[in-house]
Amino acid sequence: MKNSLNHLQELESESIHVMREIASQFERPCLLFSGGKDSIVMAHLAKKAFWPAKIPFPFVHIDTGHNFEETISFRDSLVEELGVKLVVGSVQEAIDSGKSVEEKGVGASRNILQTLTLLDTIEQNKFDALLGGARRDEEKARAKERFFSHRDDFGQWDPKNQRPELWNLYNGKKFPGEHFRVFPISNWTELDVWMYIRSENIRLPSLYFSHKRDVFMRDGMWLAHAPFMQLKDDENLEHKVVRCRTIGDITCTGVVLSEANCLDDIVAEIAATRETERGNRADDKRSETAMEDRKKEGYF
Amino acid sequence: MDNTFDSNEYINMELLRFTTAGSVDDGKSTLIGRLLYDSKSILEDQYNAVKEASERRGEGYVNLALLTDGLRAEREQGITIDVAYRYFSTPKRKFIIADTPGHIQYTRNMVTGASTANLAIILVDARKGILEQTRRHSFIASLLKIPHVVFCINKMDLVDYSKEVYDNILSDFKHFSSKLEVQDIRFVPISALKGDNVVNRSENMDWYHGPTLLYLLETIHIASDHDLVNCRFPVQYVVRPFSDEYHDYRGYAGKIAGGIFKPGDKVMALPSGFTSTIKQIDTYDGPLDEAYPPMSATILLEDEIDISRGDMLVRENNVPQISQDIEIMLVWMNEKALQIGGKYAIRHTSKELRCLIKDVKYKVDINTLHRNLEDKNIGLNEIARVSIRTTQPLFFDRYKMNRNTGSVILIDETNNVTVGAGMIM
Repeated sequence: MKNSLNHLQELESESIHVMREIASQFERPCLLFSGGKDSIVMAHLAKKAFWPAKIPFPFVHIDTGHNFEETISFRDSLVEELGVKLVVGSVQEAIDSGKSVEEKGVGASRNILQTLTLLDTIEQNKFDALLGGARRDEEKARAKERFFSHRDDFGQWDPKNQRPELWNLYNGKKFPGEHFRVFPISNWTELDVWMYIRSENIRLPSLYFSHKRDVFMRDGMWLAHAPFMQLKDDENLEHKVVRCRTIGDITCTGVVLSEANCLDDIVAEIAATRETERGNRADDKRSETAMEDRKKEGYF
Repeated sequence: MDNTFDSNEYINMELLRFTTAGSVDDGKSTLIGRLLYDSKSILEDQYNAVKEASERRGEGYVNLALLTDGLRAEREQGITIDVAYRYFSTPKRKFIIADTPGHIQYTRNMVTGASTANLAIILVDARKGILEQTRRHSFIASLLKIPHVVFCINKMDLVDYSKEVYDNILSDFKHFSSKLEVQDIRFVPISALKGDNVVNRSENMDWYHGPTLLYLLETIHIASDHDLVNCRFPVQYVVRPFSDEYHDYRGYAGKIAGGIFKPGDKVMALPSGFTSTIKQIDTYDGPLDEAYPPMSATILLEDEIDISRGDMLVRENNVPQISQDIEIMLVWMNEKALQIGGKYAIRHTSKELRCLIKDVKYKVDINTLHRNLEDKNIGLNEIARVSIRTTQPLFFDRYKMNRNTGSVILIDETNNVTVGAGMIM
């Protein structure tokens, strides 16, 4: 249609507007980069927002030490390609220095420990705005998030007392020590993200495409095996054709049985799926309001 | 979505943002649940989680409100506190629902949801007809200039699908609708619970020949909701690469707020008044022949003139109003009352200034639209016509002409909270 945008163009424009607002309203912004598809899309949007200049803020990766190897190598090559600075907050270092204490037993995860390292990294670098790739369609607590989400000087979110957010007028005013989490792709759905990756031809880690891997079943989810994962007695390793629908810390990222090995197949698979992508995230299954509770503490 | 999913169709869809306002028991959650469920947008694990939670609470049915009421406090109290955003799509359009609580104490949430909506759905209980809350929701839609409003006369199953009941509600509505400024008003008799006229045509109301609700949502014409005539480009960010390749590059980045900009157009920068010609309109994907709302683009000019964030590019023969003295319709959003004589930070397009509250002209009774000239005490969720003076001139249009250049927010500088939403009169 003449003089109108399709929905992906409109979403892209909204996200670019938010990114430029961050660069304008804050002194020390950064982009939280997890290595997952949403943060890869964020990196792509940031590239477009400031072109032909370079992205005017560093990327921050909170590394649990339990990442897929490919996540790390993909991260390093993307950062080099874009010419941005990378800041790594290491959960392993926090554990080694005694700052963090590792969870024990079967199902142990470093997911929760990320929050402490994230908040330390923010403080050390004096970041005042952190761009994140969270989307409102992912999870019910995230459905309540603002684009500009205020955090107090302890990094906490107060969901019942959020600032009203009207039109596209974003209020980034804060006191020293406080910061904002900003979510430029709030209004995108999982399918939008995949359609966009396909139409923009964005490079992704091969983990997202079908491959053979040692996996085991736990609580109805397939989990990828890694040397630091403890198996229960009744759990057995199997060799399956799988792909990741989301990528995070290995201990809590489920994989799906899938033959989809190109973007067209993935888009068709997502469009036909009857399960949400966080349905295979063990970290969300700990309680009915697990995400809200973690977010209040300062989680992503 | 069914197996006939066509990704090329999906990419060419339009985006419709709509808001639903409603109170407890009016069937809003049921309606949203129905739209999501019948369009196959509720996925199995979501449905199962809601079913389990409903059973755990001893509720005798699958409570679809638990899908949207995500916060712990909301689930505990069984109410919607905040705006929740929901997403679904059909092969024709992608939809963003801003689901807002309808009680008067949540007026600020309704206004927030309405601020970005192309369309509002207002639910009317067929047994009760037009109530105070219907008037309130209608007035908010009108005040926020939502271009399209659909009144769903719900629970038709409880009035025997009676045409007479429906007709009576419509004629009652005509009495107060003259006060509303909405360009496009529609009515649909539905039963959200039974599914009549929501996604599928009702067999129980053969006297109704209009479209179903979903058909309206899929087809209502929204492409002309943007102002394509009056050129307004608030400069958001100046792109300066400082690289060898783009040594002299100076691009003005922003989101088009109105009109169509083309290379070769003569433009004027505000506030300086300097004129120049558009050399190129850039995006990462290449230069554009034209740029229009709501595109984000970068404009390059032939001449080097001093332009920074907060300035605006317009056409020489079509400038917005420029003034420090402005009248706004103000929705107050904070427990601490509006201070006459008080100073607030104000955001308008990409500009941030300060303003002084000069006077309250009148307060509006949000249920009756009655103007109260005596009461100047403006508290949470109240609406008033207010005159303000800004520290520097704003470049603005009346809100009814352009929602982008006619809207402001007020911020309390003692706590940095957004306390007011203003529509320029």
